[in-house]
Amino acid sequence: MGEFKVHRVRFFDYMPTAIRAMAFNAHTERLALARMDGSVEIFNFTDHYFQEKVIPGKDSRSIESLCWVGGRLFSAGLNGEIAEYDLENLRPKYSLEAYGGPIWTIISNTQGTQLAIGCEDGTVKLFEVLEEHIQFERNLDRQKGRIISLSWHPSGTHIAAGMMDMIRVFDVPTGHAVQRLLVDRGFGGSKSRETVVWSVAFLSDHTVVSGDSAGKVQVWDGHTGTLVKTHLVTKWDVLALSVSKDESSVVAGTSEGTVIQFQFIAPTLHQQQGKEWVRTRTFKNHTHDVRALAEIETAIVSGGMDTHLVVRPLLEKFDEKSHASGLRKIHFPHRNLVSCAKKVGLLLFQFPGQLELWRLGDSDGHGKPGDRLPLERMPEKLLLLKRKGEDHICCSALSSCGGWLAYSTVSCVRIYRLQTDNNNISITKVSKLPKALHSAHQLCFSSDSSKMFAASSQSSVLVIALTQSECKYVHTLKPKSGSRQPIHLMTTSVDGKWLAAANSDCEIHVYNLQKLKLHCIVPVYGSCPSAMGIHPTTNNLTVVHADQQVNTIISQLYLLQDWSRKLQKQGLHNVWLDRDTPVTHVTFNSKNPNQVVLHDMHMFCIIDQSLPLPDQKTQFYNQMTLRSLSEQERPSHLHAFKICKTFQDLLCVSLLDDQSLVVVERPLLAITSQLPAPVRQKKFAT
Amino acid sequence: MVEHAEIRMVHRGGSKINFREPVITNDSRFLLCAAGESVNVYSTSTEEYVHDLQGHTDLVTGVVLNPSNHLQVYSCSADGTVRLWDFTDAILIKTFIIGYPIYSIYVSEKHGGVVFLVVPMADYKSSELFQLVAVHLPHSGDQEVEARELSAVLCDVSPHAGAASFGREGEYIASVKGLQLEVFFFKKQKSYRFSLKSGMKKGAKNAFTCVSCHPKEDCIATGHEDGKIRMWRNFNQKKEYTYSTLHWHHGAVNTLCFTPEGTNLLSGGIESVLVHWHYTQENQKDFLPRLGAAITHIAVSPDGSLFSTSHSDNKITIIQSCVKVSAVIQGLVKGDGVWTNLIIDPRSKALVLNGKPGHLQFYSLHRDKQLYNLEIVQQEYIHEEGLDQFEVVNAAFDARGNWLATVEERRKKGAELEITLKLWAYDELTQSFVLNTTVTAPHEDQITAMFFSPSPETTMLVTTSLDGHFKAWLLADHSDANAEGFWACDFVGGYHLLKPGCCSFSADGSLLSVGFQEVVTVWSPASWELLTTLSQPPGAIRDLCFGRLSCSKYLLGASTKNQLCCWNLLTCSLEWSTPMDVSLLQADPLSENMAAFCSQSGSSDLFVFKPSEPRPLYSQKALCTGKVQHAVFAPRDQMLESCEEHSWCPLLLMVDDSVAVTPFYLLLGKHRGQQLEKQEALTNPMAERTQLPQGSIAIKELLHTPAHVLPSASFLCAMFVRSLLISSSSTIYSVLCCSTFGSEYSLDSSWVLRYMLGTPVFGEFLQILSSSVRLDGERCCTAIFRSLQRCLIRFKSGLWLRHSRTFRDLSRSQSCVFLAVCLGLLSCCKVTLRPSLRSWALWSRFSSRISVLCSVHLSFDPD
Repeated sequence: MGEFKVHRVRFFDYMPTAIRAMAFNAHTERLALARMDGSVEIFNFTDHYFQEKVIPGKDSRSIESLCWVGGRLFSAGLNGEIAEYDLENLRPKYSLEAYGGPIWTIISNTQGTQLAIGCEDGTVKLFEVLEEHIQFERNLDRQKGRIISLSWHPSGTHIAAGMMDMIRVFDVPTGHAVQRLLVDRGFGGSKSRETVVWSVAFLSDHTVVSGDSAGKVQVWDGHTGTLVKTHLVTKWDVLALSVSKDESSVVAGTSEGTVIQFQFIAPTLHQQQGKEWVRTRTFKNHTHDVRALAEIETAIVSGGMDTHLVVRPLLEKFDEKSHASGLRKIHFPHRNLVSCAKKVGLLLFQFPGQLELWRLGDSDGHGKPGDRLPLERMPEKLLLLKRKGEDHICCSALSSCGGWLAYSTVSCVRIYRLQTDNNNISITKVSKLPKALHSAHQLCFSSDSSKMFAASSQSSVLVIALTQSECKYVHTLKPKSGSRQPIHLMTTSVDGKWLAAANSDCEIHVYNLQKLKLHCIVPVYGSCPSAMGIHPTTNNLTVVHADQQVNTIISQLYLLQDWSRKLQKQGLHNVWLDRDTPVTHVTFNSKNPNQVVLHDMHMFCIIDQSLPLPDQKTQFYNQMTLRSLSEQERPSHLHAFKICKTFQDLLCVSLLDDQSLVVVERPLLAITSQLPAPVRQKKFAT
Repeated sequence: MVEHAEIRMVHRGGSKINFREPVITNDSRFLLCAAGESVNVYSTSTEEYVHDLQGHTDLVTGVVLNPSNHLQVYSCSADGTVRLWDFTDAILIKTFIIGYPIYSIYVSEKHGGVVFLVVPMADYKSSELFQLVAVHLPHSGDQEVEARELSAVLCDVSPHAGAASFGREGEYIASVKGLQLEVFFFKKQKSYRFSLKSGMKKGAKNAFTCVSCHPKEDCIATGHEDGKIRMWRNFNQKKEYTYSTLHWHHGAVNTLCFTPEGTNLLSGGIESVLVHWHYTQENQKDFLPRLGAAITHIAVSPDGSLFSTSHSDNKITIIQSCVKVSAVIQGLVKGDGVWTNLIIDPRSKALVLNGKPGHLQFYSLHRDKQLYNLEIVQQEYIHEEGLDQFEVVNAAFDARGNWLATVEERRKKGAELEITLKLWAYDELTQSFVLNTTVTAPHEDQITAMFFSPSPETTMLVTTSLDGHFKAWLLADHSDANAEGFWACDFVGGYHLLKPGCCSFSADGSLLSVGFQEVVTVWSPASWELLTTLSQPPGAIRDLCFGRLSCSKYLLGASTKNQLCCWNLLTCSLEWSTPMDVSLLQADPLSENMAAFCSQSGSSDLFVFKPSEPRPLYSQKALCTGKVQHAVFAPRDQMLESCEEHSWCPLLLMVDDSVAVTPFYLLLGKHRGQQLEKQEALTNPMAERTQLPQGSIAIKELLHTPAHVLPSASFLCAMFVRSLLISSSSTIYSVLCCSTFGSEYSLDSSWVLRYMLGTPVFGEFLQILSSSVRLDGERCCTAIFRSLQRCLIRFKSGLWLRHSRTFRDLSRSQSCVFLAVCLGLLSCCKVTLRPSLRSWALWSRFSSRISVLCSVHLSFDPD
């Protein structure tokens, strides 16, 4: 594997924000996730839960609820606006003031023709969904008190609305409230507090299921307005409900971090009459409030205050064990938040509101493998750059010489010139930017820092030439395929000849930068690339996909490399394929051209292409066994994948030019400790 | 003259009543539970023992109500039979011979005539594999029926009770073992298996412990090792099954039970809290806490009004209407071990030994019932494994039962030993022991022996300890007359820093012998002078015992190196010694006899001898398997005591450490008892005889007294028979008859016969009796006795007036029958009439009739 000096970086205080809302689109199998900071993330559930797109947040935007209409995504929030998102340009398409005060919830009917929102002023407003826009249609009868939650009956004729202390059922054609279901308050001290019906679900047999702040999940008959059954599930709030597609199961998320499943079960076997909602399983994967829930075909997806997304598969839906039947927790974004200036040892950390530039520490000590070296110079925060405006930073880049820094929001791109001499650092904003450069999905500098590449709309790449004084628009590289999806990955070769760009359609374009034209399109593989890199000496392109496949392509010939072909033939080891986080970064060892360094959240791996590939029978994690073997026996046990799990919760692993390894860790424990205290629960023996 | 007669177990008590789930009868009047080799019937309202169902020859492993007749129960046993009983009259109706040891029994209303039994797998005799089989019970008039057609239902089931349960309307049976739940549907003849992961990684222990099916809905509740309860639904499919989890218990769920309507689920575990879960409203649960000990079984009466919980301390609690403990049936508590010796409380004649943790229990041998618990440690007991708690390790009574001394100790790992000596005075007012003195750290090391001086003048306690000292404790006289005296150390003795292991007082308390390893020292407690040392190496002294009465000059010592030595204290020399590995020596408090237990090759031998004679009076090889740990001579029943002058007929009581079914045996050397009585009669000629009731006047008196104030039948019988006989050797007879008619002891007819025929004839009565007795295999069952029993049943049923004619006819031909019937009748009347006090007039009419008959018959008698 080789010996490296490792910079173990733990000063990146990355803090994800809490998950607020979730909407699952069963047609496209995309999950839209809204966080507290107003950002929206799109996960592709057909492609190993890969985080395909991220729409950055905005200070003034808060999202309370998300809703899919066909392929269109709408959100509504407490700022009183409804927004529709442009999923190709990763920005809100438009937003619309609803004039009803803060909006608590937004839903669409099954036909996808209407949207309903619940407002603070007690109105349920219906909007018509038009081709390019939505238009206000009418109000349903105005109620006293806010509308917290809404659910549309599948037939579209009725809407159930959860309010304070009650649930209303509206007849949609007339707009009148037809039922008034009073919800009990909690016991004891909470008797004086109003019960908030946080969530309602209207089932096709006119059953209304509600979850409220008194900790109850209640089943009502929507025809008669009578209470059928009360399940007291928690002492705290039931915050979210979700119904499975066949309406045989309802899941409820509570403040205690549990997800409780209810199933519609007949009391006796072989009989379909008299079915009842029975509380069955309890899943506890969260420590804090479960604010968002979705029950999909094979799994329960939940997220909440503790910021991670949990996909809990329903094991009875699987015939055999596979990667899909494992529990999956998504903690970190599936993209890079760290840029590394390899030549000078600078790190740029990207936060939604700021950028931080750090200089790595230094040590000239020598030690045995595993030793901790004394630091001669402490790591130093050189710069804290706060963004301007309301929009959050969506991407950033640092040139490898450390002389340039750039970031982009949805509205603007900013480029800075950095000058470091000894301990002084000066930063100058490049004032005049070309007009074409107004926003970027991805930014990237060429290795000699003479050019900057910005991924723009419709998968095009802008080439900007950088000189000491100014920056100049050079060219727009356009893909031939005409894809409209945004580019999420870009990489350049060291010799400055090649640029590879991957978009959400799984296409990878390789551009020849000398000729400024498209060189080739890499054969489309069914899974989205999650990381890629161009080899410094051979210029081969190594791509890792969300399904954990590793391909290396010879750029000039756009052919698979021999090693990669062999790999394709033999197939990857099951242990490799069963990992649950995608590889987010690829770098190369310039000293040893056979070595490729990759990492995901839980490990980093050096692939040595000169060694034999592991077959299914060989032990995959063999570091320990290798250590115990004698020198003679060792070569027979070696295989190409060398995995190191010493470092956990990795955000970035990069190889500097001086052959030292930078490992950026963000321990999950540190994230958890920054969360607010969870609700108090009586634990046995405490 | 080594006598090799049969030693006979007269009584075996203290059997586990919490071994299997009890049964509450349909009318909620009786509770039936398996207790050793019999089934005990208790009254649920008065918690009194009513009678038992005897007949099994091995451990009873299950009792269930007959689903087709609620007045009958099935019981199964490891002897390979299923028996059907009428429990109200304790009559065995039928015996079904299965041929395999049975471990559990299950029945269902929908499976009429079929019982489901757990038996060992036929082809895996050695291994511990069990199967559930269905047995069709054949219809047949015979008493004993062979039912050997077994059809397997489930393989590899758990033999524990509660590991299987019938579902709604008997459609399926659910069984749990290890990490697997198996549900077998009878209609489809198909079984579904559901497995759980062991869960060890996450700190859970998912193994199943018990199962119960909802009676009305298809829901199976299972209990788990880690205290979870899972409610399974939709279990008729392989994948879409579902379960919910309830978690309150922190230890394993021992038992689960649905109420008959299915509205509640009851669960119990080590927390000794009965939890009521409301079905479908599982958040609402009620608790019945502080039940005393871990719950092992729960049973519910068929109408749901009574619950009973069995507890690990051999107790059954009856709970009325979910909230109130209405009765407690307490058996002998068997804790982790018996550290104290077996002691007889001189006042109550109860056996005293370790009971609940930190308690001493007072247990009546004759009623097989716990009298009360005395809390010694007086600290809260925390139910947790691996926690070091105070344990009572020693106890002693003084001769009159006024004082009780207890030693408790706690040894923490790596810490100092904590010992406390407590002295308890008997308080006449409260009729219990009151703490008088607490001595913390009376010794620096473990106390090995503790005895009170038997001398009547001084109250002295001697303790020996491994710290090399023995201490004498005296009740210090307080100058203040009002204040009660307290105990203080009077003397500390030692011998060459050797560790004392045992001590013994002579019968009059004038000598104390302390065994210091190989050396026996003899001290005078009056002056604390070392009188002499006796030594007979090799081997440390294990047990010391002074002889009594005529043999009081002898001191016996058992050493670890297989030596039993007898020293003559007058000459201070060794009288005799014999190579025996004696583990226990016990002196009979009423005679000079001694009992010695030797353990040899896994079994124990008993020798009874007089110290003055080197040869044993009596020996019994292989008394029981395992090593006898404790034994004590126990006083006989009160009833005999009142009739005999020598009130302390020796009973021998022992505990052996083998893993026997009931580790508690009460053994009576019946024959030896005879011998001793004889000897006592010879050696104590001054034992004056009571004036025997003479002639018909006494009988008249007897018969005119209402039955409920009469003494027990066995007593009457003894008196009566004795009154009929020549008085010269009447002792033999009195005991003999007691055992014949007495209901306390099981009837061992072969023995009765031998001695009846062997003794000289004492009259016509005896001749008739002996000629009519006929041996029938092992069981002696005479035609007369059978008709006698029939008569008795009729009388019991209240039809006795109508049957007086048959009775007369019968009695004319066979005079002894009459005798037996009228005496048996007395006992049965005593039983049946006492609670209700049936009409006094009827009784007096009948008794006058009997008295007439009696007088008629007495004229036939030889005298």
